Amino acid sequence: MDIVVLIKQVPGTSNVRMDPVTGVMIRDASETVMNPLDEHAVAEAARIKALNPGTSVTAITMGPGSAKKILTEACARGADRGILLSHRTFGGSDTIATARVLAAAIQKQGTFDIILAGEKATDGETGQTGPMTATLLNIPVITFVRRLSVEGGNIRAQRLVEEGVEEVEAKLPALITVVREIITPPLPTLRNYVVARKLSFPVWGPEDLGLKENETGLKGSATRVVKVFSPKLSRNTEFITAGQGEGAGPAVRTIFEALEKRDLLKR
Amino acid sequence: MEAKNGIMVLAEVRNRKIHPLTYELLAWGRRLSEKAGGSVDCAVLDPGGEDLESLISYGAHRVLAVSPGNVPPLPATSLAGMLVRLIREESPAIVIAAATTYGRTMMPIAAARLSTGLTADCTGLDIDTEDKLLLQTRPAIGGNIMATIKTPSARPQMATVRPRSIKPPAPDKGRRGEIIVRQDQTLPGIWREKFISFIPDQFGDKGLEGADLVITGGKGMKNKDNFLMLDELSALLGAAPGATRDAVEAGWAPFSRQIGLTGKTVAPKVYIAAGVSGKIQHLAGMMTSEYIIAINEDPGAQIFKVADLGIIGDAPAMVGKIIEAVKEYKNSPGR
Ligand SMILES: Cc1cc2nc3c(=O)[nH]c(=O)nc-3n(C[C@H](O)[C@H](O)[C@H](O)COP(=O)(O)OP(=O)(O)OC[C@H]3O[C@@H](n4cnc5c(N)ncnc54)[C@H](O)[C@@H]3O)c2cc1C
Ligand SMILES: Nc1ncnc2c1ncn2[C@@H]1O[C@H](COP(=O)(O)O)[C@@H](O)[C@H]1O
Repeated sequence: MDIVVLIKQVPGTSNVRMDPVTGVMIRDASETVMNPLDEHAVAEAARIKALNPGTSVTAITMGPGSAKKILTEACARGADRGILLSHRTFGGSDTIATARVLAAAIQKQGTFDIILAGEKATDGETGQTGPMTATLLNIPVITFVRRLSVEGGNIRAQRLVEEGVEEVEAKLPALITVVREIITPPLPTLRNYVVARKLSFPVWGPEDLGLKENETGLKGSATRVVKVFSPKLSRNTEFITAGQGEGAGPAVRTIFEALEKRDLLKR
Repeated sequence: MEAKNGIMVLAEVRNRKIHPLTYELLAWGRRLSEKAGGSVDCAVLDPGGEDLESLISYGAHRVLAVSPGNVPPLPATSLAGMLVRLIREESPAIVIAAATTYGRTMMPIAAARLSTGLTADCTGLDIDTEDKLLLQTRPAIGGNIMATIKTPSARPQMATVRPRSIKPPAPDKGRRGEIIVRQDQTLPGIWREKFISFIPDQFGDKGLEGADLVITGGKGMKNKDNFLMLDELSALLGAAPGATRDAVEAGWAPFSRQIGLTGKTVAPKVYIAAGVSGKIQHLAGMMTSEYIIAINEDPGAQIFKVADLGIIGDAPAMVGKIIEAVKEYKNSPGR
């Protein structure tokens, strides 16, 4: 069985800036990590591999040259190989432009049965890349998956939805987006890191993928950031200082009034 | 694709029932159509035996229901195919859906098939007065900034909208509209997926997301025992209990109760935050509550910026006092 895991490099802290002119995020390579959910996706791939001898796991990321380090990490966590999709024309891609690059790479890298992606990334928080990539590959997608089992040519998945758990089944190949409940990723061992560090990863650009310049990056993106601003907070706050013991009386009474006025206090 | 100037709202359908979130989407649809023109069409995929009239009373000009015939519940990829066909037939300028597991699955599939853009999890939608394009505003970078996004030339302009970002108006039974039910049985074969089962969560999230009163605790509750007083108070008042991420990480509450950017969004009539600092990621999930009461010992805490009533004091002690008072109230004879 062939598994592909899509992994994304994201800022390690919430200290990200945006270019005020283009609205594109400025990423500082010194402080980036693998999207935390993608660690879960890689761990799930490793779990399936352990149950199915002969399985290969390929980690793919689109990003700057520095994203190589998350491919190394994916290999330390159980992937067999990694592919970096990198070119200056890929910069500024929105989700549809990213999905085009990922879909082209998945097709180029060989056969695939299961593609795993995170449900969403901590930087863009769109959660759109997975379903879009599946659609461009013309395969089914199962989103928000918290439990997976593979049997023969089928995959069974439990989706964590608002009001419960939905179970669906799909014929492979299929793309799955995972939530963090899918598995607790074990820490990679030092030995695995040492092995993974020796691996080198091919770097593919638009020509390798047969993509035109207007299909990727800022040019290939359907959306544009036109404005960024700080969220505005403010309400007129009535302040009460609650004293000890009896001193809390006025505060309690004011809370009661607020509840009563809105019919929220029942005997 | 060529677009006319209609607005299509994708009804939130859960277990073949129309979910009230749809009324919020219709409210957005109406607001946009007032500025951009065009009708508001409510697309309902596989509606079951639903009461479609209500969608008109909440603002739809037309209800476009698509029925796959008498088949078992359809998984997302098949449903998205129905949505794509409907969009191709109607060519709306704008398509919006709820930013739920439903909308956030259907919309990216549809957008990719239509080769257009999609903006996730918007908290505000508007129309640019000059070029009439959809302005899609969403929190970015962990909620620290807001970004406004346009889809300049690809069509339709597609967005998912965060639940509770608008209050639906009262339904107007006098409103007239058209209900069109179509059959679409070009199914599903090619998508090779099938629905197996649905097991409702006993806790659900109706508790939180639809609650009129939410009582949330943060690290300022100091320890788990104190935190559990909030459960007692919630039970007494019939409130839904919430938690900050730090409280969840401390093991004081399950993740299903987390409110904020990476948790649930609530907008109750009254929101009580006890020992919550009010970091922007938490505010993202509760800022649109009607009346916010914050209890914090630090007068400079950011939570007070969004509070209507700010109680400066010890949160565990205050919660204890409120519990006492509620018990007393319940035991006292009526007015
Ligand atoms: C990408 C990202 C996503 C996030 N998503 C979420 C999310 O969905 N939800 C969420 O909640 N957080 C989220 N966070 C975390 C968020 O930034 C805050 O860390 C968190 O909300 C803080 O929780 P808290 O208010 O309980 O704790 P603290 O920030 O530690 O605040 C405790 C407060 O209690 C007060 N206090 C202390 N003792 C007392 C006392 N005795 N009486 C009264 N007051 C007292 C203090 O003054 C302080 O204001 C996210 C962060 C990131 C980076
Ligand atoms: N540049 C990328 N390279 C590889 N995978 C990606 C990339 N962007 C997003 N993904 C995948 O899509 C998931 C959701 O990301 P997003 O749509 O950005 O929220 C991530 O968890 C990854 O699995």
